[in-house]
Amino acid sequence: MIRFEQLSVTYEGNAEPALHGVDLTVPEGELCLLVGPSGVGKSTLLGTVSGLVPHFTGGTLTGRVTVAGRDTRTHRPRELADVVGSVGQDPLAHFVTDTVEDELAYGMESLGLPPGTMRRRVEETLDLLGLNELRDRPIATLSGGQRQRVAIGSVLTPHPRLLVLDEPTSALDPGAAEEVLAVLQRLVHDLGTTVLLAEHRLERVVQYADRVLLLPGRGRQARLAEPAEAMADSPVRPPVVELGALAGWTPLPLSVRDARRAAGPLRERLAVRAPREADVPQARETAGAMEGASLRYGSVEALHRLDFTVRRGEAVALMGRNGAGKSSLLGTLVGLHAPTRGTVSVGGEAPHRTPPAKLLRRVGLVPQEPRDLLCADTVAAECTAADADAGAAPGSCRALVTRLLPEVPDGTHPRDLSEGQRLALALAVVLTARPPLLLLDEPTRGLDYAAKACLVAVLRELTAEGHALVLATHDVELAAEVAHRVVIVAQGEIVADGATAEVVTSSPSFAPQVAKVLAPQPWLTVPQVRTALADAP
Amino acid sequence: MAHHPELPRTPGRSAAAERPGTDRGVRARMRAPTANRTTSLHPGAWWLWALGLATAASRTTNPLLLALLVAVAGYVVAARRSDAPWARSYGAFLKLALLVLGVRMVFAFFLGSPIPGTHVLVILPEVPLPDWAQGVRLGGRVTAEGLLFALYDALKLATLLICVGAANALANPARLLKSLPGALYEAGVAVVVAMTFAPNLIADVRRLRTTRRLRGRRDRGVRAVLSVGLPVLEGALERSVGLAAAMDARGYGRTADVGPALRRTTALLTLGGLLGVCIGTYALLAAEGAAFGTPLLLAGVAMALAGLRLGGRRTVRTRYRPERWGPRAWSVSASGIAVAALMVYVGSAHPDALHPPAVPLTAPPLPLWPAAAVLLGLLPAFVAPAQPRTPAAPEPPAPVPRQTARLRPTLWATAGQPGGVEAHPHLATGTEAPRTAGDSGELPGHDLPGSHPAQHGKEPRR
Repeated sequence: MIRFEQLSVTYEGNAEPALHGVDLTVPEGELCLLVGPSGVGKSTLLGTVSGLVPHFTGGTLTGRVTVAGRDTRTHRPRELADVVGSVGQDPLAHFVTDTVEDELAYGMESLGLPPGTMRRRVEETLDLLGLNELRDRPIATLSGGQRQRVAIGSVLTPHPRLLVLDEPTSALDPGAAEEVLAVLQRLVHDLGTTVLLAEHRLERVVQYADRVLLLPGRGRQARLAEPAEAMADSPVRPPVVELGALAGWTPLPLSVRDARRAAGPLRERLAVRAPREADVPQARETAGAMEGASLRYGSVEALHRLDFTVRRGEAVALMGRNGAGKSSLLGTLVGLHAPTRGTVSVGGEAPHRTPPAKLLRRVGLVPQEPRDLLCADTVAAECTAADADAGAAPGSCRALVTRLLPEVPDGTHPRDLSEGQRLALALAVVLTARPPLLLLDEPTRGLDYAAKACLVAVLRELTAEGHALVLATHDVELAAEVAHRVVIVAQGEIVADGATAEVVTSSPSFAPQVAKVLAPQPWLTVPQVRTALADAP
Repeated sequence: MAHHPELPRTPGRSAAAERPGTDRGVRARMRAPTANRTTSLHPGAWWLWALGLATAASRTTNPLLLALLVAVAGYVVAARRSDAPWARSYGAFLKLALLVLGVRMVFAFFLGSPIPGTHVLVILPEVPLPDWAQGVRLGGRVTAEGLLFALYDALKLATLLICVGAANALANPARLLKSLPGALYEAGVAVVVAMTFAPNLIADVRRLRTTRRLRGRRDRGVRAVLSVGLPVLEGALERSVGLAAAMDARGYGRTADVGPALRRTTALLTLGGLLGVCIGTYALLAAEGAAFGTPLLLAGVAMALAGLRLGGRRTVRTRYRPERWGPRAWSVSASGIAVAALMVYVGSAHPDALHPPAVPLTAPPLPLWPAAAVLLGLLPAFVAPAQPRTPAAPEPPAPVPRQTARLRPTLWATAGQPGGVEAHPHLATGTEAPRTAGDSGELPGHDLPGSHPAQHGKEPRR
């Protein structure tokens, strides 16, 4: 279906090629997962398949990519539109029209399909993706999961033989991610569509893959392999594979189901031990609190009489589906919204009535898109601005950046940083004012496992120093590793609040993989198990 | 009536509805359906109706008739507009109309007016102007007649604006552009993209102001607004490049192969047609040569249309659910045209009724027949499909009292926006999931240890 022949891509102004010597063939009718650490050229590879690289991005492509027999050097993206459907990382950037139904029809209109066919396919696709209730809705009013489904639907209607997706589930809650993956499964099984997707959250997708295209980076060759075989020497792997590697299982398990079947002996070895108690912080002073707080947007109640407290030295994970009110809660704590009723206090003051310059030293927020927080055009200028904003001694922000990102030079534009680096920079900017309460909105989006491990270490250090942390996240593995307490929000209300181990294991959607494999024993993360096994005589 | 949706058959009405001969059956069939994609009115019909009202307004300076026109347009908008973003533009047009009125009155007050009048309200000191500014006056006598004349005149302009605003509020601009001929499609797309750009720019500005607040800077004031200018432009540029890539990847700009002969003919027809239109119009307006003006204009229009039609052959696009021009569209547009035609007729037959004199100062009369003609414009309020009253799209939150007034949380648009609530059964109740997590949800039949159902259920916190 896709044939890469000695493909190399070099972007203008870069000495190193973004991709080098890729030479393989993706067969038809398979779900092929593209795996590799950040910055290894995954998005570039996907771009070469849809023809956007190099026709839109510039750069030099050597070698050849053939999709369904068409050479992408001689065919522009529009001439591939009937065989390739591609959705980028941000579905909003993909939409051309303003309502769901028009969006589904747009690709077919461009290809000139007859009106009868278009109508039939739109109706079929609305059913296939469960979008019928949304057909007349303006796209701007949809939630993240809905947008992702509309984006996939909009490239499905022309019936492409190949679907190319860049991180389709990264921004979604576990439930919405499963919906999207179920749709992809159906396409592969029922329609014989070939799917090529890149995803950082391997724990969600690796068990569905027929084949893995591994881009190991560091000069090693890209190769196509069976998933279990590829995972064995992949630099990035999901917790279930890590656990399998730790316990020495062969073949490596890809799903919780495989792992459970192999896990008997490991459970016996662990039965005599208990996870080392996470050092639960002593009752300290309150860093932020909400009492009976409600927040309304027009007729929608985003928060409903919510009581919430976070103490210093404590990390709280806020979980719940997209649109449940997590971000509204964070926004209220940082004073972006005034509660419609009830009280909010951060360090003894109401955040929405505190001047921004003063509030900065009480609470800081790293937004979902860290880029939103950055406004200068070099890292150095960003640091100087942050020092000035916070009234901190010159150089304090730069010191933080150096600690978090040792290798980043001063002159780099924030846009050229990787997702993980940009997050670290935003975190440094916020931490410059040393706020006792730190809020992070969906911090692991777009991070690979290495960057995530880095983030976990930094966050642990911060709680140890006495910062209070609130993380709104869909990432159950992150919550299991960092949070002392998990709060589940639904429809603006708190529906569960308790110690991480208790809350997370009691719901299949929020249980980390290790907990599912080792149930009924209370293990949550691979490092816990590793420590326990290392302590063993 | 060609396109009727099924009527809801409540038990009490069904018998009558099934017998179309009876009074109630006919009435039920005549009743306007709820607007959806199938039944919604062609946007062109709304524009014809509004332009009809505007033409009528341009023919009169009678303030009573103009007020009646404004009332008719306002009533139809109130009865038939949707919750869509473009429908909110009506308020902006109203304000613009008031502004025009105000500006005209201020000018009339200070610059004087050529209308001779006897009722002097106030005498302003007159500023002596040099010779070359002859005919312009600053200050001087302000007469009631002069002000009244200015008011009538301004009212006409305001009414025109309100009519255009009504069309804007009632017709979906994107759909209107979809009805353009194929050769103009690309121009239409450019306009649609430009229209979606404005809301995106506003969202960008809000997001950047949120950023300023998060960075501990002031988010209000001139400097705050200026400082976001460059990043906003940068974001807009990035977005347009991204959109161009997305459109290309989805087949935008695919063209059919047409022979060079056809291409040349198309170019010739289009250019020749435009030239014909220009010369024809000039001849018509120039007073001399009106004899060859009309045929030249017509020939030009015909050539241009032929050129557009041939040009359409290059595009391979088809249209998904094009707008249909049904009986309701006919009646809406006909009502507007009727108002215009009757007003033009009255204007030529009895010009006095439509132009009440400002001198001498009298109350304007309400001419009965023209007023009745204007009322014809109310027809769309009854025949156009009604908008369903759905719960509104998520509104931005109420403004925060002090520092953050007018600041909206667009920063959270992607994830935390309320309203975009998806149905995930396992969360809808906040209890255990009825569904397991793919094939990784191979959990024991019972809950995992450590679970306390009560804690997951209603108990909010401990």
